[in-house]
Amino acid sequence: MNETNYSELLDNLLPAFGETLEMCGLAILLAILLGVPLGVLSYITSEHSICKNRVVNLVVSFILNVVMSTPFVILLVLLLPFTRLVVGTSIGPEAASVPLGIVAIAFYARLVEGNLHAVDKGVIEASVAMGATWFRIVTNVLLPGAFSGMIRGLTVLAVTLVGYSAMAGIVGGGGVGDLAIRFGYYRYQTDVMIITVLLLIGLVQVIQTLGEKASVKAQK
Amino acid sequence: MIKFDNVSVSFPDKKGQIVDAVKNVSFEIGKGEIFGIVGASGAGKSTLLRTVNQLQRTTGGRTIVDGSDIGRLSGPELASLRHSIGMIFQQFNLVSTKTVAQNVAFAMEIAGRSREKIKQRVPELLELVGLTERAEVYPNTLSGGQKQRVGIARAVANNPKILLCDEATSALDPETTNDVLQLLKEINRKFGITIVLITHELDVVKKICQRVAVMDKGEVVEIGEVFDVFTKPQHEFTKALLSHTFDLDLPERLTSDPSKPLVKIIYNGDKAEDSIVSNVVKHYAVDVNILHGKIEYISDKPFGILIVQLIGAQEELDKSLDYLRKNTYRTEVINERN
Repeated sequence: MNETNYSELLDNLLPAFGETLEMCGLAILLAILLGVPLGVLSYITSEHSICKNRVVNLVVSFILNVVMSTPFVILLVLLLPFTRLVVGTSIGPEAASVPLGIVAIAFYARLVEGNLHAVDKGVIEASVAMGATWFRIVTNVLLPGAFSGMIRGLTVLAVTLVGYSAMAGIVGGGGVGDLAIRFGYYRYQTDVMIITVLLLIGLVQVIQTLGEKASVKAQK
Repeated sequence: MIKFDNVSVSFPDKKGQIVDAVKNVSFEIGKGEIFGIVGASGAGKSTLLRTVNQLQRTTGGRTIVDGSDIGRLSGPELASLRHSIGMIFQQFNLVSTKTVAQNVAFAMEIAGRSREKIKQRVPELLELVGLTERAEVYPNTLSGGQKQRVGIARAVANNPKILLCDEATSALDPETTNDVLQLLKEINRKFGITIVLITHELDVVKKICQRVAVMDKGEVVEIGEVFDVFTKPQHEFTKALLSHTFDLDLPERLTSDPSKPLVKIIYNGDKAEDSIVSNVVKHYAVDVNILHGKIEYISDKPFGILIVQLIGAQEELDKSLDYLRKNTYRTEVINERN
């Protein structure tokens, strides 16, 4: 059993916390930028929707399913060449945010799609009857109608990503979860493990609370 | 204005079986008319209505609106057709994230109207439907009747030639229904908009339609002036449909005695004011017992039903029945001896 040096732990903990925020933040940003359009595309090309297109729908759905069903650790390794291509390196938090971002995009796209399905079909029909283009329906009816649910989805996404980011240690991504595994688990420093896990729980609680508040506020 | 030329619509249902929702329907709706389509649910009336703005594509025949075959339209042409056809719905279908004024403006934005034009016209439209005060509130704070008024303002925002009403009053209470129907009538008169409405409520048709088509299992089984269809139904289905409105229920003890004939007297417009029943009593040695009766107003014309019991000697009964048959629209003995 190793003696715990608390000042050393603090020195490790702060950067780790920063790394977690960086990885998850980048992934969430990617999810918003690319996951939303993908979710919309998947929705509007589905059967009985406003821009029905079987081929596009199947392709999008297949890609999302592949990403979602591959275990994250495997995805992390599989994507190494791609990561190197995009960020120039295959280690560090930037490198970890590429696979994390890809999972986030697919995950959020499905959440957005689900929220779009919950938008009243009658209102969409009314818009079609008025002669609205699909783009106008997306921007004026679908996205505003699904907005509150999408905020809620963002909360779920953030919490899930905090969990996934623990595996980022494999590519040297760092982060609080990685710290918990390296110090707490491999080095049998139970007190470090408890402290880091508590920190993660705290982070998730904060995200959840803020997300709930934002979602209620969006529900106008 | 609208011509259905042998229109058929079929599509696969959830189990993948082909359903013929509309079968070979042909009729015309004139400019400025208020035309009703009635039928039980699943009769195909909603599907037929949706072919007019191509929410539903026809699989056979042609739907012709204002001279052009709309089945061939797509893209911008279809959009511009839809700008000229308003539609209101049973569930109102307002955009919940837009205010009342924004909902009305939305229809005009879609049709590419200028910002100044929209700013000028939205208040006019809200005044037309009596919702000026509520311009800035969101739809979820409105009552059903108010929501439908917003729906109407939105539907007529682009000065359409046609207004389609899909069970527009079915979610409203009777009083609100009347208000909304009055508003539709007013819009029809003021702007000359052709109104096509589908409903399962015969009362709605009686109140505002001039002509009506009766649909059953995808086919139009009867069509004509509302007064004629309602007072002289030809098809079995129409008769069954109307029986709910015009059959007056009587307790069995009254109908079971064949020695005292129960007579159903139906009279319409011209004869409603003659005192036929009292003449019977004066001229023949019979007593008349009035058991039930009501007067309906169809397209503002009176149409009355009276159920009376005739009591007297057989000979006198026959003579008075003859007299009634000659002088009323229709007279029938309900509890005929077998």
